Amino acid sequence: MIKLEHVGKTFSDGTEAVKNLDLEIKEGEFCVLLGPSGCGKTTTMKMINRLIPLTSGKIYIDGVDICKLDQNELRRGIGYAIQNIGLFPHLTVWQNIATVPMLKKWPKTKQRKRAEELLELVGMEPDTFIDRYPSELSGGQQQRVGVARCLGADPPILLMDEPFGAIDPITRNKLQEEFLKIQAKIKKTIAFVTHDINEAIKMGDRIALMRAGELVQFADPATLLSSPKDGFVRDFVGADRVLKGLRLLRAKDVMQEPPLTVKVGENPMRVKALMEKDRMRWAMLTEDEGHFLGWITCDDLQESKRIRDTITPPTITASLDTPLNEALSMMFDSAIGTLAILDDDERLVGVLSFEIIRDVLGQQVDEAKTEPCGEGQ
Amino acid sequence: MKRYVTVVLLLALLLGVTAWMTSKGSVGIFRMFSAMKIVGSTLRHLQIVAAAEALAILIGIPVGFLTTRRASRFISPVLIGIANVGQTVPTLAFIGIAGVILGMGYNAAVIALFVYALLPIIRNTYAGIRSVDPAVKEAAQGMGMSKWQVTSRVELPLARPVIMAGIRTSCVVNVGTAAVAGMIGAGGLGVLIMTGLAVRVMPIVIQGAAPTAALAIALDALLGGLEEWMTPRGLKVMKKAQWQLQ
Repeated sequence: MIKLEHVGKTFSDGTEAVKNLDLEIKEGEFCVLLGPSGCGKTTTMKMINRLIPLTSGKIYIDGVDICKLDQNELRRGIGYAIQNIGLFPHLTVWQNIATVPMLKKWPKTKQRKRAEELLELVGMEPDTFIDRYPSELSGGQQQRVGVARCLGADPPILLMDEPFGAIDPITRNKLQEEFLKIQAKIKKTIAFVTHDINEAIKMGDRIALMRAGELVQFADPATLLSSPKDGFVRDFVGADRVLKGLRLLRAKDVMQEPPLTVKVGENPMRVKALMEKDRMRWAMLTEDEGHFLGWITCDDLQESKRIRDTITPPTITASLDTPLNEALSMMFDSAIGTLAILDDDERLVGVLSFEIIRDVLGQQVDEAKTEPCGEGQ
Repeated sequence: MKRYVTVVLLLALLLGVTAWMTSKGSVGIFRMFSAMKIVGSTLRHLQIVAAAEALAILIGIPVGFLTTRRASRFISPVLIGIANVGQTVPTLAFIGIAGVILGMGYNAAVIALFVYALLPIIRNTYAGIRSVDPAVKEAAQGMGMSKWQVTSRVELPLARPVIMAGIRTSCVVNVGTAAVAGMIGAGGLGVLIMTGLAVRVMPIVIQGAAPTAALAIALDALLGGLEEWMTPRGLKVMKKAQWQLQ
């Protein structure tokens, strides 16, 4: 657990980067420090490992005042990853990853073994990459090695300064998803600096929004989106904050049971009768094991044809973990405007429709009604 | 490898010419220098350069390094400025001044050459250390390396090729400058050249000039090899990758 108490930082030129900041990051919590450039978020993060000395206040890690610890020992116990990665170009991938184990004087074989494990964890083939040099890797791979390196000696705390900032959006998105999966496994206490509201919403358990060295709002992403504390927060999260809230939910959270699923062998006319009775626009065809085949519409069903030959094949399907914002765009590509949700084995488990999403959005807006209404954007 | 073939060919040519001139025995009324005298002068020449270079390395690298430190960074423009101005003073003038102030002889020559060697070494050490990516240093610090570890494990290995290049440059330049040092009684191959010029016998000039050139070429190749050997493999890989991009 990290606790900041009345922390302040005034630089020698007189700028007050951080003012009287109180912040508590719980054990295993992914805390995002968010704010515009120059708001003091990076300074705050760097004070936790004493790269920047604080001018006032106290910082405790698990109840121990960090100023009482040896500076280098403190840092070796905290993983550190930065936007420019800063891999050592003269050392191989494994030597880079094993930097802290090396400083802690682990035996060589153990260092290398740890590097192998971590490469695997960040999704890189150890045999291929372990003896390469950083310049032989792509930007995304370097970033992965940077993440692996900050996990080197398995520190309980990670400090990350826009670790996915300098890579292309597609790779960034992939790395974010993967890092969330890793975090679900390793449960580190993380202070993560970013200026990207979307990244903050996607990654953070809680978001500390800062402005001019002060903490403006410290809340979980849903609260930040639904009840921004003041005009600054509302501006920062953006006019589309209701839509951004979709990102917080995944398909499995809101999907509904398919209203009617039909197995391959059934009689077309019986199905047609069923659908007409309930005035259903569509039904869903599956194989015996539940694999989704396509959409059935009433008009297409004919006595002479097997159902299988009359279906509209799904152009796009979503998985249980698809975020709702993505699911919403996928619906526009889907053959009938409704999205089938398949589990990892490609079996049909639910559907998402515009109506469901509209209800979700409606709830969010209702929650937001409690806030004092500003004049908007 | 190709590079070394050229070096070997050039050396063979220069040494062959020297041997040929020496074998003449005499030109007109002038006796050529003996082979022993040439070898002795070459060794003396080398001694002057080596002594000056050793001093310059011993002082230049720490000074260059210290000027990159935050506390003493203010001094670097002054220091580099002085060194740059110093370098513009013509070699001949400088050696002359050194001879006048320090007395003729070996010591004056070594000190003059030392001052000449100092600038490239300080400048390259400074540039090499400054060229280390700040992100790399920040990462090193952030992961808990002590100041000494950041220097010894990160800054120096990364700056090493640039520092070596400075040593190599200053060494090669000083082989030439040392020839001038013969004028102030320090010995070396310069004596042969000046004797030849004084009596206007070109074969004698060549007896001094060809070994000087050979010495410079040999030292350059040697230090080039050392530089290559001391460059961390990761940096070579990086340079190669950058070449391919261009």
